[in-house]
Amino acid sequence: MTQWFQSWAGYGVGWFLATLILVLMIALPLMLAVAMIIYADRKIWAAMALRRGPNVVGPFGLLQSFADGLKVYLKETIIPSAANRGLFLIAPVLTFTVALIGWAVVPFGPNMVLADINVGMLYLLAISSLGVYGVIIAGWASNSKYPFYSALRAAAQMVSYEVSVGFVIITVILYADTFNLSGIIAAQRHHIWILNGFGFNPLLFPMSVIFLISAMAETARAPFDLTEAESELVAGYQTEYSSMSFALFWLGEYGNVLLMCGMTAVLFWGGWLPPVDWAPLYWVPGILWFFLKIFIFFFVFSWVKATVPRFRYDQLMRLGWKIFLPFSILWVFVVSGWLMLTRYGAF
Amino acid sequence: MIAAFAFYLFAIIVIASGVMTIASRNPVHSVLWLILAFFNAAGLFVTLGAEFIAMLLVIVYVGAVAVLFLFVVMMLDIDFAELRAGFARYWPAAMVLALGLLAELFFTVAAWKSGGLVPVRAAAAPKAMPNIEALGTVLYSRYLFIFEGAGLVLLVAMIGAIVLTHRRRGDVRPQNVSAQNRRRPQDAVVNMNPGVGQGVSL
Repeated sequence: MTQWFQSWAGYGVGWFLATLILVLMIALPLMLAVAMIIYADRKIWAAMALRRGPNVVGPFGLLQSFADGLKVYLKETIIPSAANRGLFLIAPVLTFTVALIGWAVVPFGPNMVLADINVGMLYLLAISSLGVYGVIIAGWASNSKYPFYSALRAAAQMVSYEVSVGFVIITVILYADTFNLSGIIAAQRHHIWILNGFGFNPLLFPMSVIFLISAMAETARAPFDLTEAESELVAGYQTEYSSMSFALFWLGEYGNVLLMCGMTAVLFWGGWLPPVDWAPLYWVPGILWFFLKIFIFFFVFSWVKATVPRFRYDQLMRLGWKIFLPFSILWVFVVSGWLMLTRYGAF
Repeated sequence: MIAAFAFYLFAIIVIASGVMTIASRNPVHSVLWLILAFFNAAGLFVTLGAEFIAMLLVIVYVGAVAVLFLFVVMMLDIDFAELRAGFARYWPAAMVLALGLLAELFFTVAAWKSGGLVPVRAAAAPKAMPNIEALGTVLYSRYLFIFEGAGLVLLVAMIGAIVLTHRRRGDVRPQNVSAQNRRRPQDAVVNMNPGVGQGVSL
């Protein structure tokens, strides 16, 4: 497509137009997906609590998210008089932007990736570490005590879990030999017997569990949603926000959750590859396998949110620093030792 | 043309946000400007083709160091009048420091212009190799001991910081998770079936 645009609009302009269209082709369906996944989240949560969930707007309540979106769009944006005006407005925009730009390197199918860069995994790690700034800035700029507590909690929580996520990613990189996400997926084909995916490898399966739990902590989802614990902090960093500025936090949060589910699928469960390396399964387009995997992990996220009680803050820190960090460091040693023994034959 | 445009964009933002870091009155704003400077410096590294260092800059400085910075600065209660009162006393020392740094900058540029200290520099990485691989190859073969020595220094610094700040407090009762998990119902609860009038002695 880029070449076609460049053939009639010139090299630079053609490249710009093609990239712009590709960006919109990712961002707009992503917004739709976020709206639908909020609906799915509420339905799953309701089903587990033996309730009906949204069922009034549209067939089966399918249009509920759009009704909510319209509602917050029409509301008034209230900026507290004591707030730091500029930063107060930048914070939700930052959260939302960071949730979107991570998708630039995610491969949706064979050759279906916007930016096939060779440090794709590091880019995702960098982007996910930026997510905390939206929360910190929001909490500080609100100039109110509950958002401020929430910002402090978010800062410590996200830094803690990033460390073990980094080590988990190193074990995957050791197996895949590349930081390129398409390369990581390609390395998972036929990984164990006829199964596609590092997660089927007994050495890497524990890492995939740690990754999923850390992803919940990174995105501040239940049971790690201490940043917006309503019993202690009203609504956490979102307390002073209203209207679209609140909606941007909301969309950004779900965009991040989807990105983390996608990362779990890409790193451990073969991304767009079918789970079994069997020719008829490849007739299904890769993008459908990828979406199916994202949805399965999202279901796990909702399931955990509906069933697991919230962690206490010291338990959260204990889990991150005293259990996940030593275990993942140990596992980096185990995996690299195993690869030295089997793949490189050196001892 | 796009590369030049990107370079000037990033460079101007780096310098402007660097100036704002010093000029802003609110320390939290200062840290946020500093973060913007880090981020755009990462952009400059990307235009240089050093994508690994760019990503490390964002992950380490923006993602971890600056978060902790912000964490501390947000909680500080800073009295600006008191800060400004020190200015008259300290400015001669500050001028000496600034002049020293300026001289160092000047000598660095001059030394770089006049050629390297060693006649033959280490070979550049082959073009086709991604720079993570190139860096890894150099760090883990040629500079292995220096690299591991740097790691050891960091480890010692970390342990030192923990030893200096850690204090054992007698008045806290931390949670003992394994003891809680070992505890069974029969350790905690006893079912009694007292006869009438025998349960409680009043």
